Amino acid sequence: MSISDELENIVPAKLVVEDVSKSFAGRGRRVQALDNIRLEVGEGEFVCLVGPSGCGKSTLLNLIAGLDYPDSGRVLADGRPVVGPGRDRMVMFQEHALFPWLDVVGNVMFGLKLKPGLTRKDRREVARYYLKLVGLEKFMDSNVHELSGGMKQRVALARALAPNPRVLLMDEPFAALDAMTREQFYVDMQKIWAARRKTIILVTHNVREAVCLGDRVLIFSAHPGRIREEFKITLPRPRDFSSLELAALAGDITRALKSHTTAEAAA
Amino acid sequence: MKRFRHALIFFASLVVLWQIICWVRNSPVLLPGPLVVARYLGEAIMDGTLGVATWITAKRLLIGYGIGCVIGLPLGLMTARSKFLGDTVGLLALGLQTLPSVCWVPLALLWFGQSEGAMLFVVVMGTLWSVLIAVDNGVRNLPPIYVRAAHTMGSSGAHTLLKVVLPASLPFVVSGMKQGWAFAWRSLMAAEIYVTILTGYGLGHLLHFGRELNAMEQVIGVMFVIIGIGLLADKILFSPWEHFMHRRWGTARE
Repeated sequence: MSISDELENIVPAKLVVEDVSKSFAGRGRRVQALDNIRLEVGEGEFVCLVGPSGCGKSTLLNLIAGLDYPDSGRVLADGRPVVGPGRDRMVMFQEHALFPWLDVVGNVMFGLKLKPGLTRKDRREVARYYLKLVGLEKFMDSNVHELSGGMKQRVALARALAPNPRVLLMDEPFAALDAMTREQFYVDMQKIWAARRKTIILVTHNVREAVCLGDRVLIFSAHPGRIREEFKITLPRPRDFSSLELAALAGDITRALKSHTTAEAAA
Repeated sequence: MKRFRHALIFFASLVVLWQIICWVRNSPVLLPGPLVVARYLGEAIMDGTLGVATWITAKRLLIGYGIGCVIGLPLGLMTARSKFLGDTVGLLALGLQTLPSVCWVPLALLWFGQSEGAMLFVVVMGTLWSVLIAVDNGVRNLPPIYVRAAHTMGSSGAHTLLKVVLPASLPFVVSGMKQGWAFAWRSLMAAEIYVTILTGYGLGHLLHFGRELNAMEQVIGVMFVIIGIGLLADKILFSPWEHFMHRRWGTARE
């Protein structure tokens, strides 16, 4: 396999979540984290899941990633059931989860080392390509602790993109960043998504972030975790995080989100 | 260079102080001067006694320490990941680690005789449990996110263990290996000083003979050699790792 094969823009995957339920043992009782979730995500679609804490959004992401298994129902990636983690579905976590014992390029190369057919030089080239994509080419040989929080998340993004997955699962990756860094990230994320077409599911608390990035925004509610409402975002891209239309739409969705959570609290 | 100069001045003043005390007390038996000790060291190096003794001691230490690490590392990984092994072997290790390994000397002599086997046994007992507990501890303190992240990148089984779990617990592993080294070194010296081993005389024996002959310059000379080996081991065995960790984890203080 050559580098150009490796960097080829492959077709993003279609994801189907079929009637998935999942519960956990809580304090003395079972907590229904997900209740009969049905979701279809098209090839190359960017879907955002918003909802209150503990509504099961992250659980759903873990099920799609194959890090956890549903009690019932199943998850299909391109028609094949997900039975475990795989390089076709990469995950970005809220914590950067970079390995401190490796330097930046070593972190990005970690997933590539497990891909057959690439020489060390190829892997380095692939890693360089993705570090350049996230704007950190100069920091290839830096240590993780030398980077700022935003830069660490960029490396984590490069690491997730490097094995050329068809799906990118993002679990509140911007939550711990400061506002300035985050807004720059939205701009870059849109560029990167345009350059490397992936099917993306982003879990977030931030409705405006969801509207800025997503093709679709799904509202989750907790106890039990369910998808309550769905918004299609048709604003033209690239989207400006501070634009009025975006803010207005985010306002509508926030109101909808609130009505679902208060209804739930009253029930 | 500046640091080197500081160290040089500091140690030179210690030697001068030592010499002054010798002049004041003037008792070659209680405290021989630096020159006498230096002369002994020179002679012992020239006639080979020091070299042979150092070699015998170093061999016992390195082989015993190596065995201890080779057994302790995988066992620590296993006790951390298996509840059963943690409750059994882990508890045993915790108990035995509190036992100063020199306590094994009487039994080791009975079992192995006054031989290399007894010495190795004592060194292994000093190393093994510290290393095991340190690795166990390191693995238990591992942020689970590392393993999850590795799994999503296609890592599993032995690959995860060797490429993620082990390097992630490196700070614990190295400090455990250092502690194991210290235990092994101390217990070996104690054993060599108090027990005659027929298969070879190590540094401890040399020190012991110095005492019997009232040759305090020999006792002090050997003490210097023991300190030197300890420092050397630290620099060769552990400094590179600590340096690496400071650089990568960013724990160095400049």
